[in-house]
Amino acid sequence: MTHTGRFRLWRGDAEGGALTDFDVEVNDGEVVLDVIHRIQATQAPDLAVRWNCKAGKCGSCSAEIDGRPRLMCMTRMSQFAPQDVVTVTPMRTFPVIRDLVTDVSFNYAKAREVPAFTPPADLAPGEYRMAQADVQRSQEFRKCIECFLCQDVCHVVRDHEENKPAFAGPRFLMRIAELELHPLDVADRVPAAQDEHGLGLCNITKCCTDVCPEGIKITDNALIPMKERVADRRYDPVVWLGRTIRRRRG
Amino acid sequence: MTETERHDYDVLVIGAGGAGLRAAIEARERGLRTAIVCKSLFGKAHTVMAEGGCAAAMGNANSRDSWQVHFRDTMRGGKFLNSWRMAELHAKEAPDRVWELESWGALFDRTADGRISQRNFGGHTYPRLAHVGDRTGLELIRTLQQRIVALQQADHAETGDYEARLRVFAECTVTELLTDASTGAVAGAFGYWRESGRFVVFSAPAVVLATGGIGKSFQVTSNSWEYTGDGQALAMRAGASLVDMEFVQFHPTGMVWPPSVKGILVTEGVRGDGGVLKNSDGERFMFGYVPDVFTGQYAQSEDEADRWYEDQENNRRTPDLLPRDEVARAINTEVKEGRGSEHGGVYLDIASRMPAAEIQRRLPSMYHQFKELADVDITAEAMEVGPTCHYVMGGIAVDPDTGASTLPGLYAAGECAGGMHGSNRLGGNSLSDLLVFGRRAGLGAAGYVAGLASRPPVDEAGVDAAAAMALAPFDPPSGDLPGENPYALHAELQQAMNDLVGIIRTEAEMTAALDRLDELRTRVRDVAVEGHRQYNPGWHLALDLRNMLMVGEAVASSALRRTESRGGHTREDYPALDPQWRHRVLVTRRAPDDPDPVVPRVVVEEAERDPMRPDLLELFDLPELEKYYTAPELVTHPGGEPA
Amino acid sequence: MTTAARGVAARGVDTPGRAQVPARRLRSDRWWLPPAATAAGLLAFVVYGGVRAFQQQYFFADERYLTPFYSPCVSLGCASEPGAAHFGMFLPDHPLIPYAALSLPFLLGFRLTCYYYRKAYYRSIWIAPAACAVPEPHATYTGETRFPLILQNAHRYFFYVALLVSLVNTYDAIVAFRHPTDGFVVGVGNLVLLVNVALLWLYTVSCHSCRHVMGGRLTHFSKHPVRYWLWTRISALNTRHMLFAWVTLGTLVLTDLYVMLVARGTITDLRLIG
Repeated sequence: MTHTGRFRLWRGDAEGGALTDFDVEVNDGEVVLDVIHRIQATQAPDLAVRWNCKAGKCGSCSAEIDGRPRLMCMTRMSQFAPQDVVTVTPMRTFPVIRDLVTDVSFNYAKAREVPAFTPPADLAPGEYRMAQADVQRSQEFRKCIECFLCQDVCHVVRDHEENKPAFAGPRFLMRIAELELHPLDVADRVPAAQDEHGLGLCNITKCCTDVCPEGIKITDNALIPMKERVADRRYDPVVWLGRTIRRRRG
Repeated sequence: MTETERHDYDVLVIGAGGAGLRAAIEARERGLRTAIVCKSLFGKAHTVMAEGGCAAAMGNANSRDSWQVHFRDTMRGGKFLNSWRMAELHAKEAPDRVWELESWGALFDRTADGRISQRNFGGHTYPRLAHVGDRTGLELIRTLQQRIVALQQADHAETGDYEARLRVFAECTVTELLTDASTGAVAGAFGYWRESGRFVVFSAPAVVLATGGIGKSFQVTSNSWEYTGDGQALAMRAGASLVDMEFVQFHPTGMVWPPSVKGILVTEGVRGDGGVLKNSDGERFMFGYVPDVFTGQYAQSEDEADRWYEDQENNRRTPDLLPRDEVARAINTEVKEGRGSEHGGVYLDIASRMPAAEIQRRLPSMYHQFKELADVDITAEAMEVGPTCHYVMGGIAVDPDTGASTLPGLYAAGECAGGMHGSNRLGGNSLSDLLVFGRRAGLGAAGYVAGLASRPPVDEAGVDAAAAMALAPFDPPSGDLPGENPYALHAELQQAMNDLVGIIRTEAEMTAALDRLDELRTRVRDVAVEGHRQYNPGWHLALDLRNMLMVGEAVASSALRRTESRGGHTREDYPALDPQWRHRVLVTRRAPDDPDPVVPRVVVEEAERDPMRPDLLELFDLPELEKYYTAPELVTHPGGEPA
Repeated sequence: MTTAARGVAARGVDTPGRAQVPARRLRSDRWWLPPAATAAGLLAFVVYGGVRAFQQQYFFADERYLTPFYSPCVSLGCASEPGAAHFGMFLPDHPLIPYAALSLPFLLGFRLTCYYYRKAYYRSIWIAPAACAVPEPHATYTGETRFPLILQNAHRYFFYVALLVSLVNTYDAIVAFRHPTDGFVVGVGNLVLLVNVALLWLYTVSCHSCRHVMGGRLTHFSKHPVRYWLWTRISALNTRHMLFAWVTLGTLVLTDLYVMLVARGTITDLRLIG
């Protein structure tokens, strides 16, 4: 089955741009990225779009489809009615480069600010012993394909450019959680999560979890446990007292 | 060119997949200023697609495993054509490379006693694949990416600059290697920023190519757009040689429909768990395709095959589980003879074989893959599958120990290097290949740079030529005529390679393919692109086409020359394995007398593979070797005079 | 269409450098429905709860059913219903002091600081944001970094108190089987109280702070098998925390309504046993 669908694509660059309509052939079983590629091959050869694997594994083709952050390769055309106009814009939290491609360097800068995995100094490669139960929480976070849709949807930076310096975003707060929960990481990551990476800015409204194409429970399994660990240190006199007494005894 | 940006590094790594990142880490740890250039964003490389695992004989699951067993498995898988030294280094060093990843933060699945869990895989004697569910490649790339960030953090702490010694140039494409005009040694590379279209010149005495495979020359492939054979073509144009280019692995079960997922892999596990292949008549056709050498090893009736799933001691396995090349050929024949599925594949049916809940429990990732990508419920309907281009065993000819190519200063590792896998790669050996030889190439490049008395100067004429070449699509010679559409040309190339140099090859078809490539070579000069240089995918594709054409010719010419069938190279007109071909490899180079700068012609020459070191040869029993070797090659084997 | 035309400074998705799209949001679905429904639900509960907490009558029925809105009944005013006060009467009887003034503020605090309710009212009441990828109206945003929202970190204390209150509610539900004159009896009201208290337990123990305290704060699960087991159970419940949050709002209202109607004599409690 083939029909002609109408696509409304944002075209332009940092100076300006507009939504442009394309009437394009749509076939059964296609995803949005297939149709974008057809527009590219037949009508707009210079249409800029970033993509790689087209199988939901690399996280390159992030965009906003009808205003919702999605991977273009994982959005099936079957979810639209033939008469629907499908609007595709670049991610709206990052500076645009051209058409559907944005400058995601914000995320790479944030990645550098998270101190690397710190193993115990006396452990040689090959000597690592970790129980499956102890690694599975961090393993969930390592499913992340770095599509940055969570970073895009998070209102802390999406709606407030001025928060960008102070906020690592869900992806990198989750990276901190991953290391904090790593059974062999010896670094203390809790104070920095709050003071340097902006965990307190998160108001757990869960849009990061909603858009995650990997289905990672970012809020429940990474952000809230980190907030609880911060509460342990900062806001829990009972834990503080217990720690002090134990330290005295030790 | 006033707008050309210039950078100076000790080692330039092209490609940011597993091999490239591992090479860069090694070069940086040896104190060299290192740059990584990659076409995509940092961390998106094709390595993320690897699912199964990373083969390393750690012996965690079975203590009898050892590098010797892994070495034997690898050589058998490659039908003894492999560079035995690479297979040896690979088997010996893979465990250290995996353990090293752990110390950089990788979290593999664990055994009960806390070690790295290892899983079974085709061709591996013991459970050997370190893995993380079905996303091992992602774990690998992320770990290496994070290791690079860690090194940058160390540099930042020391110098205040994250990029003092290690910088990633993401979304930057190299279009030409630059050489020293007087010696021919590598001196750097020329490329452009995808984002702005601006040119970049890298000066570097050592360049490591780690650009991956060539799958995008084929219509149906499990590879991403990046796999355009850049490294292979860059190396040839600069004067280096390729080897084994006729060996291309086709996985028998890729998705063929819907179009959005064409080529994506369907794991062998579907068949292992009871899925069967059927043609459009509903017939389980594999029973008719058991080759003579396997007679007696596979079930001869559907009843027996079905009993095998329950009782593997007393029944023979289903022919659905024949080796990959056999299954791929059978599917190919069914489709050619008109018994294919609606969209040109065959049916892989598990829905009628077990309850829906059972399918979901056993094959969760396949269930979701089809559900999410194709809107197909594999518990209710059959999948359509067909062979898909998966991996190229051939690549840049390298020195096993250092990764050095035949061109001074040029190194290669990973899929774009050749030799390690012989005629057929075992599952799980690619991730370990990346790590072992990525590191060795980084070491080799570092050693080379340290030993240089002076840095080779970049030939400025080469820079100007490369810039002119890159801009040609904006000003095609066809002038006022409508130029060639790069997308259309690409589709034609893919069609030709798929139909004529695909899984089953004949002399006539390959000759036809070379004619088609000839024609495309002429037309590629007339490719015209619209728009400007800022993030223009039409332009990017136009430039990649040159590489795909050159590599396509390397594959077709080599395949035409090898008159036998072996591993990933099947000749309908020469269906048998020929021991006289076992010790001969085909080397592809740029034709020395072809000055064409766009797509130079290639020449293929035969070369002898070095005889295996006696202590390694002795790891095999004589009767096994006799199946592959000629009698004179085996006289030194301690197993005695061959019969 | 520029941002100036909208009369606001260029911020959020209109920040210079980002793709300039005329519409601030392009979502075409009914994104406003969930926050609107949430706001309506929360408001309805607050109104009902507020009225009932201060009504100071119809809280004890058939000489044994105490509504959770009045538990524990510790006001001197509880004397109006003999048998309602299980834990003594000491708070002054004043129209502005609810009879359960000992528990209600903590229960309110427990739900106000709950990780689910925070999401619910940040989205529906505070519009920060109303829905994903829908721009919020606020010019600045500091999240939970400052007073008063930094107090959300006290959630675990409200959780500890909520545990005690759940014990009290459980006690209420159990003693309700004993009628002062008829002895052991089972009425529909008993079942109502039991179901309500069971669901309250599910809401309480599925709390994120509970999950953390019981096991989540450990780094090495393998060294604490019992706490790990607890953590896995609580984690399974925790995925339904939102469901329990809403179901318990409903059952609280229904339970209270049932007790009130029986107390007023509007309906009669059906005796099943005794």
